[in-house]
Amino acid sequence: MKWGVLQFPGSCDERDALNACEVSGAQARLVWHESRDLDGLDGVVVPGGFSYGDYLRAGAIARFSPAMEAVAELAAGGGPVLGICNGFQVLCEAGLLPGALLRNVELRFICRQVDLLGAGSSSPYLEGIAPGERLSIPAKHGEGRYYAPEETLDGLEATGQIAFRYATGHNSNGSVRDVAGVTNKAGNVLGLMPHPEHAVDPLTGSTDGRRIFEAMARFAA
Amino acid sequence: MSRARVLIRPKEGILDPQGKAVERALPALGFEGVEHVRVGRMVELEADDPARLAELCEKLLANPLIEDYEIQTL
Repeated sequence: MKWGVLQFPGSCDERDALNACEVSGAQARLVWHESRDLDGLDGVVVPGGFSYGDYLRAGAIARFSPAMEAVAELAAGGGPVLGICNGFQVLCEAGLLPGALLRNVELRFICRQVDLLGAGSSSPYLEGIAPGERLSIPAKHGEGRYYAPEETLDGLEATGQIAFRYATGHNSNGSVRDVAGVTNKAGNVLGLMPHPEHAVDPLTGSTDGRRIFEAMARFAA
Repeated sequence: MSRARVLIRPKEGILDPQGKAVERALPALGFEGVEHVRVGRMVELEADDPARLAELCEKLLANPLIEDYEIQTL
């Protein structure tokens, strides 16, 4: 398994994402936003940060980058794509994932460890993460309030596209139905607001983030 | 070139915490009786082909899932 990790002007978590791919047993290299070259890569991580300064709306400009065109092709071909935080926002803006991320309900930037629960995703890439499995992962964002219209949410629940929910008391951004992460219909594109790439070493308190990288790499291999 | 102004606001029914924060601050400053405050964005531009502005709004300036837009030609 070889991951590409996108790098936009304003990305800031790409190094940790590279490290997370590697400690989870895969290889990884950076992909500059102006490059369409995903040769030799099996999957892509769209990392956190503030791509293009979050101008207009978070993720709105990044979605038009050449690298994102290549990511859309990879996703259409069934390759795994993992969007974290700003990467989740980019994937929603690009239409690769349903919904949108809005300003946190309390208007404050949130930086804290949160508990996520496996939501019974139907994605083959998340096999091995059981419904109700608890993952301790840091969250840090100002615009993480997941929103989709009610009928869309009903559809996502029916098709098993809700990947993660915030545990009770951990939904501090005000996301609808406690949604922390969703997949596309095929299950190969996953986006979530908290940062699994920051939870891969006991030094920082939790290694639960590895579970997500390992699960995606296992299915891709 | 024709000049235009695009007003972008959160869709009705979507919680707008910025609008709420402004609304809550007003009484403390002595402005009573102000409600339904919504905070959006305004974009001014000049375009060769104003007929394409709606498409431009749909694709970039607004996210139609969460925002409404209004084009005013000047």
